[in-house]
Amino acid sequence: MIKPETEVVECDVLIIGGGMAGTGAAFEAAYWAKEKGLRVVIVEKAAIERSGAVAMGLSAINCYMGMKWGENQPEDFVRYVRNDLMGLSREDLVYDIARHVDNTVHMFEEWGLPFFKTEDGRYKREGRWQVMIHGESYKPIVAEAAKKAVGEGNIYERIFVSHLLTDWEDSNKIAGAVGFSVRDHKVYVFKARAVICSAGGATNVFRPRATGEGLGRIWYAVWNTGSVYNLMMQAGAEMTQMEHRVVVTRFKDGYGPVGMWFLMFKAVSKNGFGEEIEKTRVHELQEWLPYGNIRPIPTPLRNHLMLNDIKEGRGPHYIRTDEALQRMFAEHQNNPKKIREIEADGWEDFLDMTMSQALLWASENIDPAKTPSELILTEPYLMGSHASACGAWVSGPEDIAPKEYFWGYNRMTTVKGLFAAGDGVGASAHKFSSGSFTEGRLAGKAAVAYIGDHPAAPNMDQDRVESIKASLYKPYEVFEEHRGSSTREEISPHYLLPKQALMRLQKTMDEYGAGPGNYYVTNEPTLRRGLELLKLYKEDLNKLAARDLHDLLRCWELRDRTACAEAHLHHMLFRKETRWPGYYYRGDFPKLDEDNWKVFVNSRFNSPTGEYEMSRKPYIALVP
Amino acid sequence: MPTYVNPNKCDGCKALDRPACHYICPSDIMALDPAIGKAYNREPDMCWECYSCVKTCPQSAIDMRGYNDVVPLGASLTPLRGTDAIMWTVKFRDGQTKRFKYAIRTTPWGSIEPFKHLGAQEGISLRSQELYGHAQYHGVAQIPVVAHAKSTQS
Repeated sequence: MIKPETEVVECDVLIIGGGMAGTGAAFEAAYWAKEKGLRVVIVEKAAIERSGAVAMGLSAINCYMGMKWGENQPEDFVRYVRNDLMGLSREDLVYDIARHVDNTVHMFEEWGLPFFKTEDGRYKREGRWQVMIHGESYKPIVAEAAKKAVGEGNIYERIFVSHLLTDWEDSNKIAGAVGFSVRDHKVYVFKARAVICSAGGATNVFRPRATGEGLGRIWYAVWNTGSVYNLMMQAGAEMTQMEHRVVVTRFKDGYGPVGMWFLMFKAVSKNGFGEEIEKTRVHELQEWLPYGNIRPIPTPLRNHLMLNDIKEGRGPHYIRTDEALQRMFAEHQNNPKKIREIEADGWEDFLDMTMSQALLWASENIDPAKTPSELILTEPYLMGSHASACGAWVSGPEDIAPKEYFWGYNRMTTVKGLFAAGDGVGASAHKFSSGSFTEGRLAGKAAVAYIGDHPAAPNMDQDRVESIKASLYKPYEVFEEHRGSSTREEISPHYLLPKQALMRLQKTMDEYGAGPGNYYVTNEPTLRRGLELLKLYKEDLNKLAARDLHDLLRCWELRDRTACAEAHLHHMLFRKETRWPGYYYRGDFPKLDEDNWKVFVNSRFNSPTGEYEMSRKPYIALVP
Repeated sequence: MPTYVNPNKCDGCKALDRPACHYICPSDIMALDPAIGKAYNREPDMCWECYSCVKTCPQSAIDMRGYNDVVPLGASLTPLRGTDAIMWTVKFRDGQTKRFKYAIRTTPWGSIEPFKHLGAQEGISLRSQELYGHAQYHGVAQIPVVAHAKSTQS
C-alpha cells in the first residue's frame, strides 16, 4: 500500500506542460506577473530542456509572417488556414497568432536560434509561411529562456498532472491540479488562481502503421498522450473539433519531413507509373467545391487524391528526390562545392528533427540524388497545432473576436480561469512551434489579467483531493493483489499492464474510428460499435496494473488517450458530413454539406453522468 | 529506432546525482539497472529516437539500433554535439561514410536575458494587445486589427 508524501504548491499561474506552448505561456506570464508579485509555476512530466514535440529539434519554423518585410499580412494567413482546412477555422484566433508571431520569431533569433539567411539578411524561406532554421537546439534554447523567466524554484519536472481541480464553491471555476511524481512516491497538489493547459496533442490512439518497436516511430511525439484534452474535458470545458484529426503525407516508415523537399527543392510526387496525381486526378477535386478549386490544394484533398490512387493500385508513391537534386545540381553546373551544400541541406532537414529517416537512408544505402523515397499517409493524430484543429473552445481576443467568440479573456476555456494554448486550443490550426509559443504567450498574459480581476484564492475541495490521491496509486494495488495468480506476472486474468491495454485501444480505433486499416472510413453503425467497445474498455481500465512508477505513468497516459478516443468518436458521429476527405470519411454522409455543417462541432463532457453534450457553434468569417 | 547502452562505456553516471540519460529522456524510458549499475532502455517501443540521451551521455555510451520492423542492420548515426555546432557521422550499411556539421546556437549557453528590455515597455499594458518586447522585436509599429464581423447566423 503506497502512502505517498504530499506537497502542496501554492501559486498564481499554473502552466501544465513545458513544451513550446507552455514555455511561451511561462515566459509571458512571468513578465506580466513580476510587477504584481504573482508566482508562475510550470509543471512538466519530463524535463523541459527536451520535452514535447520539439524535443529533438526542427529544421523549419512553419509560422512566420515577415510583416516587417511586407512579406505577408495576418489576413493572408487567415485565408490560407481557412482554405487549407476546408472552410472552418476560428479566424479570430488564427489572426491573433499571425499578428504576433513575428515578435516571437525575432526573439528566438536574439536568444541564439540560428536561421538560414538570404544575401540581403532576411530569413531564407522554405515556403510562404515557413523559414529555415538550424534547429537541433531549438527546444533547449527556448527552455533556457522560460526557466530563467520563471526562476528555478518554480519549475516542477517529472510530475504527471492527472486531474484538474475546480472550485469547491463554483464547479465551473478552476482551483488547481493534482499530479504525481514519476521519480518518487509523492503527490503534488497545486493551488492556482489560473491554469494554462498546454500539454501537447494525442498520439498512439490509433494502431500505427509500424509494428513491434516501430510503435515508437510515429510521426508526432510519442509522449504527447492527450492529457491536455482529458484534463480539460474532465473539468467540464467545452471542446471543439475533436473530430478534426490530422493525417499527413511523409517519407514512408521514417516519417521524415517533406516540406523542404516539396517547397524549396521543388521535388515532385509520382506514383508507381510515373504519374503526378495532382495532375492526373485533378478533376476529382471538383467533388469538393469550393475547396477543390483552392491552390495550394488543401491538405486533406491532397491526401484524398493519394488515397484514391492507392485504392486503384497505382502506388507506391514516390517523392522524386533524385529528379529534384539532379535538376538542382545541373542548375549549378554540377559545381562540387554547391552539390555538397545542397546535400548537406537535404540531410540536415532530417538530422535536425527526424534522425530515424537519416538512419533509414543509411541503412538502405539510399543516396537521394540517385534513388527516390516512398511516401505514405500516416495513421491519424489528434492535435491542434498542425493541419488540424482539435482542442478547447476558447475565447478570442477582445479587440477582434465577435461576441460569439469572446467571454472575457483571450484563450480562456469555458471554465473560469482555465486557459489553453498550443495543441490544447481548437479551431486554431497551422500554428506549429512558433505559433504555439505565441499562443502560450497570449494565454499567459491573459491569465495574469484574469487574476487581477479575480483575486480570490481558490477554494480547494479537500474531499475531492483525497479521493484523487486514493485513486492515483490504484494500479499498484491491483498488481499487488493479483500478482500471484499466474506464474508469469505479465499474464493474469485479473489485470492488464498498460502496454497490453494500449493494444486494444489502438485496434478498436483503427477498425471503428476510421483508421488506415479501414481506408479512413467509418459510418454510424461502425462508430456506435466503437463506442460500445470503448465502454467495456473503460471498465477494464480500472484493472490496469502498475509494477513501478514508469508503469503508473503509462496507466494514466492511457486514460488520457482513451478519453481522446471517445471524444473523437462522438464528434465524428455527430458531424453528419465528410468535410475533410483524406483525413476521414463518413461512408453514410460522403459529401460536404455546406448548408447544414459549415459549423463547429462542440462537446462538453459531463463528468458525473459520463455523457457528451454535443452542440454546434457558428462559423464567422472575419476576413473577406 | 531504439537506443541501447554500451556496457563497456556506461558507468551509470556515478559522479552525478542522477544518470544523465534518465534525467533527459522525454519518454521516461532510459533508466538505471541497479543490478549492473548501468543504464538501459526499458521500453524500446516507446523510443522516438530523439537522440536526447545519446547527445547528453558524458561517456558517449548510447547508440541507436534501427527499429526492428523496418530498418536493415549495419548503419549508424553518431552525433558529436558541441556548444555551437553538432557534427553527425553517417555510416551506411555499405560502408560509405558521410559527415556533416551544422550550427546549433549563435549565443553562449546560459546567456539569455529573458527580459533585457524590461525598462523599455512603455505604451504596452496588461489590457492592451501587445506582447512583451513589442517595440523591440515585432518589426511593425502597430498590432493590426480586423473589424468585428456580424454573425452569419443572426
